This record gives sequence, C-alpha cells and structure tokens, in this order.
Amino acid sequence: MKPETVDVAVIGAGPAGMSAAVAAAGAGASVVLLDEQAGPGGQIYRAITQTDARRLELLGPDYADGRALAAAFAASGARHEAGVAVWEVTRDRTVHGLRDGGVRSWQAQRVVLATGAMERPFPITGWTLPGVMTAGAAQILLKTAQAVPAGELVLAGCGPLLYLLGWQYLRAGVRIRAIIDTTDRADHRRALAHAGAALRGWRVMAKGLKLMLALRRAGVPFHTGATGLAIDGHERAEAVRFNAGGRAHRIDADVVLLHQGVVPNTQFSWSLRATHRWDEAQLCWTPQADAWGELDVPGIFVAGDGGGIGGALAAACQGRLAGLAAAQQLGRLDGAERDRRAAPARAELATQLAVRPFLDALYRPKLRVPADDVIVCRCEEVTAGQIRSHVALGCTGPNQAKSFGRCGMGPCQGRLCGLTVTEVIAEARGVSPAEVGYYRIRPPIKPITLGELAREAQ
Amino acid sequence: MTAGSDVLVIGGGLQGLSSALHLARRGCSVRLLEADYCGRHASGVNAGGVRTVDRHFAEVPLSVAARALWHAMPELVDQDVGFVPSGQLKLAETPEELEVLRQRVQALQAMGFFHEQLIAPAEVRELVPALTPRIAGAIWAKDDGYAYPYAVVMAFRRAGERRGVQVHEATPVQRIERRGNRWQVHAPGGPFEARHLVNTAGAWAGEIARQAGEPVPLEAGGLMLMVTPRIAHFINPVLGATGRALSFKQFANGTVVIGGGLRCTADAVAGHGEVDMLKLATSAQTVTDLFPHLGPIAINRAWAGVEGFMPDQIPVIGPSRTQPGLVHAFGFSAHGFELSPIVGQIVAELVLDGCSTLPIAPFAVDRFERPGGESALSSFPPVNQRP
Repeated sequence: MKPETVDVAVIGAGPAGMSAAVAAAGAGASVVLLDEQAGPGGQIYRAITQTDARRLELLGPDYADGRALAAAFAASGARHEAGVAVWEVTRDRTVHGLRDGGVRSWQAQRVVLATGAMERPFPITGWTLPGVMTAGAAQILLKTAQAVPAGELVLAGCGPLLYLLGWQYLRAGVRIRAIIDTTDRADHRRALAHAGAALRGWRVMAKGLKLMLALRRAGVPFHTGATGLAIDGHERAEAVRFNAGGRAHRIDADVVLLHQGVVPNTQFSWSLRATHRWDEAQLCWTPQADAWGELDVPGIFVAGDGGGIGGALAAACQGRLAGLAAAQQLGRLDGAERDRRAAPARAELATQLAVRPFLDALYRPKLRVPADDVIVCRCEEVTAGQIRSHVALGCTGPNQAKSFGRCGMGPCQGRLCGLTVTEVIAEARGVSPAEVGYYRIRPPIKPITLGELAREAQ
Repeated sequence: MTAGSDVLVIGGGLQGLSSALHLARRGCSVRLLEADYCGRHASGVNAGGVRTVDRHFAEVPLSVAARALWHAMPELVDQDVGFVPSGQLKLAETPEELEVLRQRVQALQAMGFFHEQLIAPAEVRELVPALTPRIAGAIWAKDDGYAYPYAVVMAFRRAGERRGVQVHEATPVQRIERRGNRWQVHAPGGPFEARHLVNTAGAWAGEIARQAGEPVPLEAGGLMLMVTPRIAHFINPVLGATGRALSFKQFANGTVVIGGGLRCTADAVAGHGEVDMLKLATSAQTVTDLFPHLGPIAINRAWAGVEGFMPDQIPVIGPSRTQPGLVHAFGFSAHGFELSPIVGQIVAELVLDGCSTLPIAPFAVDRFERPGGESALSSFPPVNQRP
C-alpha cells in the first residue's frame, strides 16, 4: 500500500507527543499523531478524555492537569490516528502501523518519537509468580477500569509512583497491608547533596512528602531501608520476605505490586541505530540527542521520557521543542520565531529537570542484579545464573546472550530483560554497562501476524 | 614483536573456524583473526539449514561430502552440535514445477548422485500432514536437516582452541603484505606473521583478495529471516519451494524460522543488514498459502545477517592465482552453512598438500577474469538458490 505523506509523524499520545503535535500543527505543519490507545493521554494521562469527575478526584490534581493538554491537542488541527500500533520506523522516516489487522503506512518528513517510559524490571525471587505485578500496570487498571486489587495487598520498591498509587488506593478505599520501601538513609544523604538543585523543584518534593504523610496518617505500615526482598509462594504469591530495622520480616500477601522507577522505552531509537549512552545517574540507556531532541539519525526527534526520564511536565516541554524544531526545519517557522516560541518551554524544562539529580539519587533502584536462581528473561525463562555461565564461556554482551541461550528472544523483544542482562553481564565481566552494550533491536517493534504481513505482498 | 604461526586465518565465521580446526588437526599452528566476534554475521545468524537438496551442480559433490561430516560431527568437534537429521523437502506446487524437479533428479542421477528423490503428493502429505493439499510432488533428501548456527560456530571454535588454535576477536585486519616467503598481516595487537594465509573473511573478503592483486566481484548483502514465537509442533522436515522463494523450518523449541534467500541492503562497514519488512511480506504470503493455520501467528523478530555474494551464486574456494601461500574460501552467497565442515578440510588440503581431493575447479578465484570463464560455468543447469 502506498504510504500517506505528511510533514510530521508523532508516535505516542502522552504529554510529549501531544505537545509536539500542538507545536508543529500550530506552525502550520501537517501532523499525524499515531497511538495505540483509543484516546489520547499516554500512560500518565491514560483515558484522560473519557474520565468522569469522581475518577479525576480520586486520581488527583496531577492527572487532571492532562485535560488542558488534551484539549489543546484536540483543537490543534493535528490528526489523531487512534488504535494504531506502530511496528516500524525506518531511517528514511517511513512509519508502518497496524490498525484492526490492516497495515497503514506514512511517509513523514520529520518523525517525533514520544514513546515514553516503561517500568524498570524488578528481578527478585518470586517476581514471576501469579499475584505479582508492577505498580504501573495496577495503576493502568485503576485509570481505565477502576479496578483495584482484592486480598492482602503489599506495595514494594521505591519511587514516586509507589506512593502515588498507595495514595490513590487509599482514596479508593483499598486496604494496604504494608508499603516496603527500599530507600535507606544513605540514599537520603546522597540525595541531599543535590538539595540545592532540588529546591528549585520544591513542589515535586513537597508533593511526594504529602503523599507519604497521608499514607502514614492513614495507618499504612511503612518499612524503610528494606533489603533482601523476595516473594514466597508455590502456585501464586503468598508472602513477602525482607530485612528492615535490623530484623527479618515476612508479611502475608495475595497481591504484590512492585516498582523501582521507570526507564526510557528506547526500542525505536535502538532499531533506528541511533547512538545511545549509558546514563549512570538513571541507570539506563538514553539516545543521544541535540537541544531540540534530534537524534543522530537526521529528521528523527525524541521527546519525553523516551529520551531520559524527566516526568510528564518536562515531557510536554520537550515535545514542544521537538515540534517547533521540526516545523522550523520544514520552513514553517524561521529560526528566530522558533526560538521565541521555545523560550518558555526551555525555561520550564530547566526547572523540571533541576529536581532530577535529587530524585535519581533518592530513588536509586537497588534490585537490579539478581542472584543466580532468579529468572531474568521471563519469555524464555533464562536465569541470572545461566547468563553468568554464558559469560564464563566467552559471552561478552546481550546479543551473544541471545545466541548462547535464547535470552531476550521471546515475544517481548528483550524489553523486560534488556537492562538486567546488560548489568548482569557487566558485573560478571567486571566492566561498565556502556562497554557491554544492549540488544540489537529489529522490527517488528509491535506484534504483526504472518497473515497481516502477507496481505502487504506485492 | 611479531606474532608468528604456520597459518593465519582471516575471518572467524564458520569457514574460517572450520579451516582453523582442520589445519590444527593436521598439526599446524594456527592463529585466527576476527574483526568482531566469531559468528557475528552470516555464520551465526543464518537459518541453519543443513541442505544438500537444490544445490548448484558444482556444489553437489562438496555438499554430499559435507553431509557425511554433519552425521559424524562429534568425531570432528568432540561434541554433539544439535544437528537434527529431519530431512529436507523441495515442493512442487504445479505440474510444471514438478517437471523441473524431475529433470533435476535425472541430471543428478546421470552424475552419479542419488541423494535427492522424487516423491508423490501422498508421500509429501505423509511427511507433512499440515501442508495444504495443493501439492504436485517434491524432492526429498532424507538425510538433510538443520542445526543451530551459533551452537555450531561455538563448537568449531572450541574444538579448534582445544587443538591450539589462537582466536583473536575484535582484531580487524587492515593490510596484508608479502615479505620474502612469509605473510605479514597488520591488525590491532599485531603485526602477525605466517607462511600461509587463509582468506575466509566472508562479505569482507574482497578487500583481502584485492590486496593480493586479484580483485573479485564480491558484493556484501543482507539475507533476511523472520521467526515466530514457540508454537505447537506441526512439521518435521525443512521445507523449500520451487516456483517461489521459501525456506521454512520449525525448530525443536517450537519457533518457526522463515526465509528464502530474500536479500536486502547491507552496510558492510557498519556490519548491518537493513531488514525490509515489506519484502518479507512475500515470504509471509508463501507460508500462509502453504500453511493457512499460520495466518494468526505473530512475527516475533526479523533480522538480516551480512553475507558475501558472488555474481554466479557459488563461492570462491581455491588457491590464489597471484600469490603463493594464500588460499581463499568466501562468497558462499547464502548457502555456506552446510558446506562449512568440508570447506575446512579442503582449505587444509590446499595449504598442506597443494591440491584438494574434491573437485573445486568451478570455484576458482580468477573465473571472472579468464576468457570464457563464465561460459565454463554455464554448462551447469540454472538452479533456484536458497539458503
């Protein structure tokens, strides 16, 4: 099928994507925004246009903020193609997606990747048991279906989302058996070294403290500085084990929600062979981009958490910068006008990013390199011990790990194990993750069936 | 300081590793220089077909000899490499295609080869009950099969290392130089020196040949494959078609690998084959025509290994015509996997005995320079090439 031509194709309808579309369309560019969901919002503002007053109240003011952006997007003139799973973006900016089993293609002059973040893997003993899921997945159920867990509920890990979800559950009347926080005193000390910068982002901090305070006031048991986290169970999760306050704990649990922050979803930027670097502060890969978000693949931009974790408000600023730069490159704006329109977003972005070093230090994820018996690759059930034995046989990186033992070769394309595999191999070899590298990512990025592809045969 | 050995092998793909192993087995000291890591490109990521069926007639004697080695692999590399003798089928979908196959089998028999047998539709369906009924017949090579390419790479490497082969990875060769009666090879950690040089550099072998003063029309290309998730077992033999490009197999783990000699562009410098998903649509169509039940199965991954292709789709195997002490084995044009155990043996013979016990004249490095060089090849009937 002949691709539709368009000035700018934006992938992802979260804050970065909506904002990029608004900025580019506002400069007169033809814009298509492609997204998997039925409505705009991405994960952070998921189902924002379909939500009612009660749910807005329950989810809180940060979520409700998304309404203004969604309204601006609806009025922008950018075309929203909902329900499209983009499965390939090529270096010459052809975008292939799938909707209702049919392939749709676009040829864009500029592409903005706004594919956001995903939760960091949480590889501990028992993390593959039924009853264990991520806090982010649980929050999606809350946002879209108002579904809450039944039974004894434990939240474990670290990071703002853990407390936000706890607070949202509190408001929804869900009883929380315990919150187990891996953040310890040393994290606080390291974070305070960045406190000067964090003062500029004081609102972010204040919000976190408010959530924690509300949870404590409601009598939710808190365990901080937890180590040795593991989940017991045979057929399903039965209890959470950990050490805290100088003694061992075991708490019965039916549902365990794990979270230790989010990391950029870099599948598209890797598949485009953009240069990536290992970010030691955020412990993840980020694509190398210029001040407007353009990758070293000309004409392709990244905006939002996909380029490094900055949060929803930073994402909206980055989206605006990418959208303006794309429009300027296409001659819709001159450089001066681009810079004038970008100035407020740049200033706000600086404020938003100022708090990151503090947050990254405070919520440094700890459970990243597991013991030998823990499954790392869930699709192919490859354990950390097996990966270490590959290293002993000469395996130097994730791509060889695939060849040695099928690690990362299942349906998730290595999304769920990639970071763990990089860090396990780096530790075993005694080198930096940067030296170990990452999986080579190839299309299709999202599933397409043989039958669906066959219909595209010439 | 210069590192010396009897033989230097350039390229740690299967042909290079097999050559190093065979040479070491015959008592040579061998160093192997690999630009990236062993099996990084076509050798490690091909479809894994151990196929004598459908070969160019010039390759038939080699492929039959190679297959005997596949069946006795533990004797060569001291371990099982996971070779599965599943048999390979080449399908005819129409009476016209069946006639092509019939003529092929007759020609092979006239040459004295009986490993490809023509079988009737009923026998095909007995071998593959899941196949669509619209089949006219097939060629059946019951002793063919498949293996996991990277496992084979590692087995050859380890067997060589046990016999003293020194493998240098991340050691891209920059320049070769003839000094007296020895070769000097410039690469990181070098220079390396040896009496004999073996060029098994795959898609990058053309540069070595050029430096030896005998340029060859070798082209780097990508060869695309795709794979499904694990699904219920439904087929044993490896399958090929006649009228359209297809190579198809279900591994023991349930994944289905689909290829068919589909080329794509490759960046030899970056070592990258660019997958063209829309070209793969043709393979998807062929597969779903033959096995309608695969329509709803997802494509888990697609990839492309970088391979060296010759214009006549058969490799260069033989001594240099310009330099003493240099042997070439490259340009396997997407079907070198099965040949690799015998290629190493041939290379060792050429290095140590000066000639091979197998007929390698059609693979001469200078066949594109000699007047009538191509016409010498045209006496072989055209064949449908697939990996």
